Amino acid sequence: MSARGALDNAWIIPALPFFGAAVILLFGKRMREPIAGVIATMLMAASFLYSVTMFFQLRSLPSEERLNNVHTLFTWIAAGRFSVSFGTLVDPLSMTFVLFITGIATLIHLYSIGYMHGDARYSRFFGYLNLFAASMLVLVLGSSFLTTFLGWEGVGLCSYLLISFWFERTAAAVGGKKAFITNRVGDFGFMLAMFLIFATIGSLDYGIVNGKADTIAASTATAIALLLFVGAAGKSAQFPLHIWLPDAMEGPTPVSALIHAATMVTAGVYLIARAAPIVSRSGGTAGTVIACVGAGTALYAATAALVQNDIKRVLAYSTVSQLGFMFLALGVGAFAAAIFHVITHAFFKATLFLGAGSVIHESEENQDIRTMGGMRKFMPITAFAFILAWLAIAGVPPFSGFWSKDEILGKAFAVGGWQGYLVWGVGLLAALLTAFYMSRETLLVFFGNERFRAPADAHHHEHDPTATFTVGPDDPPHEPALTHDPHETPPTMWIPVLILGILALFGGLLALPFHGLEFLTEWLEPVFAYPGAPEIPSESFLFAFTLASIAVVIAAIGITIAFGFYRKGLATPESDPLPKKLGSHATRFLAHAWYIDDMVAALVGGPLRAVANWTANVFDQGVIDGAVNGVGSLFRLGGQGLRVVQTGRIRQYALWIIIGTVAIVTYVVIRFGDLAGRWF
Amino acid sequence: MGGFPILTALILTPAAGALIALLMPNRRPDVAKAIGYAVSAAVLGMSLALLWQFNAHSAAFQFSENARWIPALGIRWHLGVDGISLFMVVLTGLLFPIGLLASAKVERQKAFTVWMLLLEAAVIGVFVGLDLIVFFVFFEIVLVPMYFIIGQWGHGRRVYAATKFFIFTMAGSAFLFVGILALAFMHQADTGRLTFNFVTLANWAPGGLSATAATLLFFAFGIAFAVKVPLVPFHTWLPDAHTEAPTAGSVILAGVLLKMGTYGFLRFSVGFFPKVSYELSWVFLTLATIGIIYGAVVATMQPDLKRLIAYSSIAHLGFVILGIFALNVIGIEGAVFTMVSHGLTTGALFLLVGVLYDRRHTRLISAYRGIWKATPILGGMFVIAMFASIGLPGFSGFVGEFLALLGTFLVHRPYAIVAAIGVILAALYLLWAFQRAFTGVPDEETAKMPEINGRELACVVPLLVLSFVFGVYPKPILDRVQPAAACVVRHVEDTTNYTEPKGSAVKTPKDCPLKVEVTR
Repeated sequence: MSARGALDNAWIIPALPFFGAAVILLFGKRMREPIAGVIATMLMAASFLYSVTMFFQLRSLPSEERLNNVHTLFTWIAAGRFSVSFGTLVDPLSMTFVLFITGIATLIHLYSIGYMHGDARYSRFFGYLNLFAASMLVLVLGSSFLTTFLGWEGVGLCSYLLISFWFERTAAAVGGKKAFITNRVGDFGFMLAMFLIFATIGSLDYGIVNGKADTIAASTATAIALLLFVGAAGKSAQFPLHIWLPDAMEGPTPVSALIHAATMVTAGVYLIARAAPIVSRSGGTAGTVIACVGAGTALYAATAALVQNDIKRVLAYSTVSQLGFMFLALGVGAFAAAIFHVITHAFFKATLFLGAGSVIHESEENQDIRTMGGMRKFMPITAFAFILAWLAIAGVPPFSGFWSKDEILGKAFAVGGWQGYLVWGVGLLAALLTAFYMSRETLLVFFGNERFRAPADAHHHEHDPTATFTVGPDDPPHEPALTHDPHETPPTMWIPVLILGILALFGGLLALPFHGLEFLTEWLEPVFAYPGAPEIPSESFLFAFTLASIAVVIAAIGITIAFGFYRKGLATPESDPLPKKLGSHATRFLAHAWYIDDMVAALVGGPLRAVANWTANVFDQGVIDGAVNGVGSLFRLGGQGLRVVQTGRIRQYALWIIIGTVAIVTYVVIRFGDLAGRWF
Repeated sequence: MGGFPILTALILTPAAGALIALLMPNRRPDVAKAIGYAVSAAVLGMSLALLWQFNAHSAAFQFSENARWIPALGIRWHLGVDGISLFMVVLTGLLFPIGLLASAKVERQKAFTVWMLLLEAAVIGVFVGLDLIVFFVFFEIVLVPMYFIIGQWGHGRRVYAATKFFIFTMAGSAFLFVGILALAFMHQADTGRLTFNFVTLANWAPGGLSATAATLLFFAFGIAFAVKVPLVPFHTWLPDAHTEAPTAGSVILAGVLLKMGTYGFLRFSVGFFPKVSYELSWVFLTLATIGIIYGAVVATMQPDLKRLIAYSSIAHLGFVILGIFALNVIGIEGAVFTMVSHGLTTGALFLLVGVLYDRRHTRLISAYRGIWKATPILGGMFVIAMFASIGLPGFSGFVGEFLALLGTFLVHRPYAIVAAIGVILAALYLLWAFQRAFTGVPDEETAKMPEINGRELACVVPLLVLSFVFGVYPKPILDRVQPAAACVVRHVEDTTNYTEPKGSAVKTPKDCPLKVEVTR
């Protein structure tokens, strides 16, 4: 094995979890409970360890040799001049994604061993989870757009299967379907982008496409970049294709953490970063669109998160919002900053989701933060990790989120121009709201009065398998139902949460904005140093310090307001002061996320469905088929014609055709033929 | 090519099997059944041998047989396969034993077996016949067994459906027959020789026919094929025929019978009338695009699972037509690949709906609830078949549809863009139906449903495995289709001012069967 052996065998990384998925899905029924979970987790850990080896090997190479380590396994699709191989591309960008995907996936697999305990489809869950990880790794390791698309659709499939995991519940089944179909809208853009790339450049390989990016027309580059962004917006839940993500919360919580927060939803960010030369070639147009949609989504989703009462829906909207920050960064050309935020977000959001999962697990499936409170006393480790992640997402220094968010906003400001200042301002406002809503959630769950205890006279409810757990925007507070105190989760659950929480604290060390400490930025630098790469003016220390100070003040304001409201919890579950301050109309508007989802649902369920119904029943059956039957009747009226049709004598007719054909053929053969003649 | 006449054997074996089964006593249906299994398995074996011996680098018609048959009329027993027909033969060989196995419980086994084997002989004849009369005779014979299979073993409105199927396709074939005769007679008038040889006629027709004659004949051929595919608006026989047919009938109908239409377009319409095909390609691209969207939209609103899949076939076949009339190598390879893939995935879906029907005697989506919970393996199989049919990358459907769309995009962007919307809709109709019938808590009836059994699995699993294998490694198919596809494109280039875009063009093989001498 050469010095680059590990790089050439990068396919092993997705192959390990794929193997696990195959074994578990085929034979899982015969595995007793922890076996499937243990197999899946160990394979994931092996994949992580292999990635670490590969990382050190890649790092040992001189920086220009770290690019384009392509290893082709076999030709996948070849037709005409079109040819795409199954191949892996290892460079600092894919390596970074592989590391955090395998790392976080391992922790979440481990967590799931405890979380899914007792589930009727325990083994299958781990089969899907492994399949997801394999697909996600194909997505980031693929050496061409089409290989990435293979992983892209694979994660879409697993997302569907895992959101619908508890498919007995209608909301789960519907949520999975909605996610897949909304993503398909994005895939439409992705596919057209690939067609256009191939028509323009004649290849879909990243190496060739990015190498020739500066030769294509700016208008074509803009079209490709925007089409790719449509795809990215679907997968990464950007406005208006974000509508599937809140409903994706119907899946088991580890799924929300792994797929719908830490990894899959960042695939869009990866795609745009991978196609960075094309985005830059667009000459600012595509970048501006991406930055504005990102900033708009960041603010929009943050406003929606303000008034949610479901512990997971707050996090869902928060994820949409944080992804908006990442696209904001991509749009202004701060690619490394976007990747930095992908990683810190993966740390703190995975912590928040797993922490939320632990809370739900110990609250008998209650997800309503209005009937929680004071949980830190009962679940101290979980609470500790959750608090670390809260401070990270709120932008408090020195927690990781502060550094990455500051990096993004600083870069946006440094780029300047109306776009730069606009997205900086919008981003800052979104950061203020983020600090507030995350403080609200943390305070209502872990601090203040305990509101989860069932009244003494309450009778125990039967567990309904079809019940929806999610607390919708108009739902009254969940009835307090706990008859016992919650307690800390088993170690298989709290260990991963704690590790992730600590990463959320220290993740900023990856790229501190001080000379010599920008490890991640330097590591990624060769990837984003292509001809025509955007040059972002570097800021003076004083300037950067001022911007950071503004961000800190903003965070402090958000947290302080939340403390003012929720320091003591809620007197009763109904007495949230926020809706009263906002007014009932504004609250409903925000709780329904500006009614975007409702409008889409009304459009699809109303006019579009009516058109489809009309096409199927009136047009197809009435007009077209009616015409056909009309012609038939016409003949019948004419007397003989198709009367046979109605009497069933067509059978005789058909038989006569055979007899006739046979007779004619026989006659002709005997009369003229010499079928017995030579073959030649 | 000398040696064993394997193509004749492929036709005669099932025909002889049908005859032998016919002679078996009525009181021993099991014997007829065994004959059906054995003969169709033998045909599968032979088709695999054909595949094995096929020279992947050649564009010529291989294993060709050309024997005198009716010299007075210029009719010859002329057979041969190229990369385009090869996989149709193999698909036929695969789907018939599966269809028979899926029909193990039908009544009147003997008659059913006889019709199925006769059908198999005829279908193979269609795909290997290179003499137009041989082709046409088999094209017609196909109708008869299919008619009886739908009319006698079908469901509710089976007689209506069978009749509609019969009359629609008969009407189309009437045009085809006139077209064939006219073409041959015009050739005779021009050259003094009466022949129905495809190669001879296709080399002559582009230069020998007047523009008017070519256009008229193009439509005569085109209508027959358009009904078979079916193209919108000639499609209304299809949902009825599919829905009322027994499971095996639906599998065969979707799997291979519809492909007779697309095969006809690719081989004969483009072969004889390349100029008209090129000039009128916009008509077919438009109809195909409409079919893709229309089929999907109408499928979405179907209350009946089989009707839903039937309409989805219209959409899938739209991709095939799109790829063919893109007239470049990528598009045509995508089209042929989709023809194969659709046989696998739609076949699997029909088999699974058949499994449901056998248990509950209804196909209504609303009659089911929570199938996945009640019968997890059946549900799991349906999930796989569903995503294979949706065209998820990793399954064969993706490869074909992606190439067909890409080929179209290179030459006619607007069509490809609109047709790509079909990618969204395909997910919509299947996932919605799945959600209603398969998820949720099972109702009382569904909960009592027995799990899919070994025989039923043996029918479905091979199709799904092949769809997966060819989705990951489509090379064995694409490599063999490519020379023939390149020759078709070359043929169009030779006879028109059309040039294939650079992004698709490959070197033309040396042994293209069609070599037009441009005389005019």
